[in-house]
Amino acid sequence: MVAVLSLTGLGLLLGLGLGVAAKFLRVEQEDGRIAEVEALLPGSQCGQCGFPGCAPAAAALVAGAAPVTLCPPGGRDLVEKLAALLGVEADTAGMAETVPMLAIIEETQCIGCTKCFKVCPTDAVIGATRQVHNVLREACTGCGKCVDVCPTLAISLEPVPATLQSWTWHKPPRELPVLNAPLSTAGASC
Amino acid sequence: MLNRDWLTRLRLRWGVHPLGRKEQGNREGILTLPLPSRLHVPMLQHTGQPAKPRVTVGQRVRKGEMIAARQGNISAPVHAPTSGTVIAIGDYPAPHPSGLPVLTVSIDCDGLEEWVDLDPPSDPFALAPEALAAKVAEAGIVGLGGATFPSAVKMALGLRTQVRTLLVNGSECEPYLSCDDRLMRERAAAIVDGMNLIRHAVGAETILCGIEDNKPEALAAMREAAAPFPHIALRRLPTRYPMGSDRQLIQVLTGREVPSDGRSADVGVLVHNVATCYAVHEALRYGRPLISRIVTVAGGAVRAPRNVEALIGTPARYLVEQCGGLSGESARLVMGGPMMGLELASLDVPVIKGSSGILALDASELPSATPSPCIRCGQCVTACPMNLMPFEMSARIRTGALDEAVGMGLKDCLTCGACSYVCPAHIPLSHYFNYARGELTRRERNTLRQESIRKLVAERSERLERDAREKAEAAARRKAERERAKAEADAARAAKAAAKAAEESSA
Repeated sequence: MVAVLSLTGLGLLLGLGLGVAAKFLRVEQEDGRIAEVEALLPGSQCGQCGFPGCAPAAAALVAGAAPVTLCPPGGRDLVEKLAALLGVEADTAGMAETVPMLAIIEETQCIGCTKCFKVCPTDAVIGATRQVHNVLREACTGCGKCVDVCPTLAISLEPVPATLQSWTWHKPPRELPVLNAPLSTAGASC
Repeated sequence: MLNRDWLTRLRLRWGVHPLGRKEQGNREGILTLPLPSRLHVPMLQHTGQPAKPRVTVGQRVRKGEMIAARQGNISAPVHAPTSGTVIAIGDYPAPHPSGLPVLTVSIDCDGLEEWVDLDPPSDPFALAPEALAAKVAEAGIVGLGGATFPSAVKMALGLRTQVRTLLVNGSECEPYLSCDDRLMRERAAAIVDGMNLIRHAVGAETILCGIEDNKPEALAAMREAAAPFPHIALRRLPTRYPMGSDRQLIQVLTGREVPSDGRSADVGVLVHNVATCYAVHEALRYGRPLISRIVTVAGGAVRAPRNVEALIGTPARYLVEQCGGLSGESARLVMGGPMMGLELASLDVPVIKGSSGILALDASELPSATPSPCIRCGQCVTACPMNLMPFEMSARIRTGALDEAVGMGLKDCLTCGACSYVCPAHIPLSHYFNYARGELTRRERNTLRQESIRKLVAERSERLERDAREKAEAAARRKAERERAKAEADAARAAKAAAKAAEESSA
């Protein structure tokens, strides 16, 4: 009788403890994942996903309110990483291979209004009032915020030009299954 | 000796035997090319940071004058290959499959071949090893086997790690190429002197020189030149591709294996190419910087293939023209050997320090079949000199699982192309590995970039906050000042009124 009671009491006590711990732990876990997702996102707060910044976007991702393909600057790499972290299936097949972009200011059209460098999240635009502005290539993320505010349409986004150091081999085209291949094509080599 | 060869052959389970075709170019002696009218000298001809131009447009330069200084630790200076006038400093197509431009100094040759004042040391063996390495660095010498790693950096590393053996690579395993072969046949004494100088500069004891058995004349010439030096041993190597890769050469000559994450110095050896030894001899005995090299011009589309000594910066087209020109259409242009060389879009690119060959291949010399699915025959596994599983790695790379491919040893791959060569399904295996390695570097660069951008964003938000705070503080200060002034005015008014009242009451 004593054994039954003590074990029941112990079970109830531990169950209560677990319940309380679960409540605390769930909050911790959720927070941790949001921080992890936010660390993966580019962090330029460009707003292309429709959220005001990367932190709200991360919260929405963890809550499942946004698709993992939401971040255009992150590209395919980011989608794969997010899908792995959040444990969801991501369809990257339809995604176009994004190339890094760079804002270019057409000097003849720039009136030096300073609107673009006020919105640039990374301070990549330099200039002063009534002076022609320019873009620092190393700092530009290609988010396109400056393009939207330019009153004279002087800013355009262009792919980052390749250099000898940044050039890499393209992926080989997928080999197709050969049905009834003629014998003459086999065995020939240099 | 025969027994030893037989054992080596049995022990080595890697490699392929592509058709040599070296007889195309190795029959005739080295031809010193007449001076072209213009040279285009790229600033990036080595592994590491590009050199920085030290000349201006319109400036006259003399032969051997330094025209660009090295930048950073791993870099090499560039010298004027002849005397003339600098006509341009700007972008010019690089000898690279991308065809992208690279910073290049173009020189109009004046035909005088006027040298700068050369200052060779009277006895290089009397100099300290560090001083020798410094002279090699000044001469702009890089590994001429193809890797173009700055030689002085390698020599300093060898001295620091106290290597015991200097390995000299005379294997020249790439098909078609015979520039090292001709150099060893014709200038063996100079190569041996260069070997001894490098030995002194790295503090090594013995020298081991390996030459593949398809070059008996070169081996005989080198044996004769090295006879007076008991510390030099010459070894005949079985002909096999890629024998010229440093890890494979070390394995065959010393029996030791370089660890995957290590360097050759970790097993107490240092590897230099025979052409590099020759360049070191020229620099330390005569003070001449590296301004020319031997280039094999060959391939089915070249009329009279042979080896030429060309100045750095000579257009590849000029080399081919001097070798009889092209007979008909060339199906593929390659700089370097056919296995690891780089495909060129056109011949209008300059010869650089690492150009061992200019090949114009005709259609019959190229693989014609299209790729078909892998049948898992395992021939690539047998051929791989690094004991990797190319077919498994390429399958993973194709589906985008690059991390898995890295786990299977992608970073150990030499991209030698032996697997692509033997593949009966003609799968471009080494192309997959080149792609995957490029992609991995790109991702690494992206991560670094993202970190720096995150920092920029944080700095900006901090600045905006500070600005807002300062503005608010200034506004509060102004408000307080206004209120104080108002209170003072009120107090003054009140005092005035009180005084007036007092006056009135007293009156």
